[in-house]
Amino acid sequence: MTVSELPSTAEARHDFAELASRPVLKRKRPGQLIAMVVVGLFALMGAYVIVTNPGFGWPTVAKYLFDVRILDGLLTTIELTVIAMVLGLVIGLVIAVMRMSDNVLLRGVAGAYIWFFRGTPLLVQMLFWGFAAVLFPTIGIGIPGGPMLVEWNTNDVLPLFVAGILGLGLNEGAYMAEIVRAGLMGVPAGQSEASHAMGFSRMETLRHVVIPQAMKIILPPVGNETISMLKTTSLVIVIGVGDLLYNTQQIYARNLQQIPLLIVASLWYILLTTILSLVQARIEKRYSRGNTIQARKA
Amino acid sequence: MSEVQFLNVHKDFSGMEVLKGINFTVESGQVACLIGPSGSGKSTLLRCVNHLETTSSGTILVGGRMIGYEVHGDRLIEAHQKDINKRRSRIGMVFQSFNLFGHMTALENVMMGPVKLLKVPKAQAEAEARELLAKVGLADRTGHYPAQLSGGQQQRVAIARALSMKPDLMLFDEPTSALDPELVGEVLDVMKALARDGMTMIVVTHEMGFAREVADVVAFMDSGVIVEAGDPNEIISRPQHERTKAFLSKVL
Repeated sequence: MTVSELPSTAEARHDFAELASRPVLKRKRPGQLIAMVVVGLFALMGAYVIVTNPGFGWPTVAKYLFDVRILDGLLTTIELTVIAMVLGLVIGLVIAVMRMSDNVLLRGVAGAYIWFFRGTPLLVQMLFWGFAAVLFPTIGIGIPGGPMLVEWNTNDVLPLFVAGILGLGLNEGAYMAEIVRAGLMGVPAGQSEASHAMGFSRMETLRHVVIPQAMKIILPPVGNETISMLKTTSLVIVIGVGDLLYNTQQIYARNLQQIPLLIVASLWYILLTTILSLVQARIEKRYSRGNTIQARKA
Repeated sequence: MSEVQFLNVHKDFSGMEVLKGINFTVESGQVACLIGPSGSGKSTLLRCVNHLETTSSGTILVGGRMIGYEVHGDRLIEAHQKDINKRRSRIGMVFQSFNLFGHMTALENVMMGPVKLLKVPKAQAEAEARELLAKVGLADRTGHYPAQLSGGQQQRVAIARALSMKPDLMLFDEPTSALDPELVGEVLDVMKALARDGMTMIVVTHEMGFAREVADVVAFMDSGVIVEAGDPNEIISRPQHERTKAFLSKVL
């Protein structure tokens, strides 16, 4: 269509060269402005209450923030998180590989593991481990139905900390298995096939070809699991492990400053989860090697 | 010695017979092309050569030695995984979908086999890998990831990767079928050079021009049998069987 055939809209009657030189304004959106005012007011009210309500006991918060018992509990919380996550990852990897095996028994056992540990509440599992000594008064190595070779008193070898680790780690393993399995299945079959055709064994293929590529699928959910685990460790209070929350409770049980002390615990939890989020972002960046989107940017 | 002999090879996939007694020989240094309609069993036959597929009965000999199986009393039993891996390391394979390792650069893809399997020192493996990549015309793409390469370039890296293991035999499973038409030539050129160097090759392909020009022997397969095999010009220009004629009239 030629210029003369253009529809005669309002603009068409203008001098286009002159129009092109005018500045462009952004159209106002009044709805957004109202929402901004309302939300801003609520935020201010919230902040006002937090600062002025003496119940929050900010001076008490400051006093206990670096209390040695709090820091001690914090260390325990970090230890529980790290060890339980490592245990969960190892179990998850083994269970995931078993679940993908072509052997019916291995697959069945892996399925049963996931079924049990995902199917019962973690809190209940935790209590079970706390009472393990009732179920198995002694632990030892021996022949089933025959004599025991070595034997220990359960309460001696299974301190509460270890019971807590087992409760958290075994449960995490079940969830991790599904995450790892999704990651392994996300790597195209052709990758393993090419590796096998070169002469790599199944384990070598897993290690050099499949797992490195599964990592970028696995890492984001593992990051979420770690952040979630940090907070879930607080469940160990039911079996009396001295973590951050347990020690916090111990303090407010005596001085009755519940709110300020719970704020102390919350501040530490949120600081740690923030750090973990930053670490997660960095690790994900490292494992995105050979990513299509990244490759296109390069 | 890298001749390949198929002796009465049968294979069924859950009751469906896809290979119905294949007898065929590829002499050492020869290029054999397997042609035929899709679903005729040619890819399956190729994948039996390095035991990516099991066989139901029959024997495949590579270099005069049985592959994938060993004698066990009066029957055959699947060979030990270690032996299979060892045999596979001497047989290069190139896939339709390239299957380059996505987390490694072109150079790393080509170095990986020698370093991890043959325990070649890294510096030496790198020098050899650069040489191979130069040979397939990709000396300037060593640091690229597969996602940054075109299909033709990826397939040439894949050929270099297969060659890095210094194979006696190369298997090509429709190496140009996933490529844009203008990229087919660069891959075929590399394969022709390889054939000139005397590599024993089995190629599943739809490229009749390539088969006619490069192959020493062409086998036409249909529904799990080799219908006819022989000199490429004879088979492609003067097919004897109706099924071969019908197929060739569609693809030529």
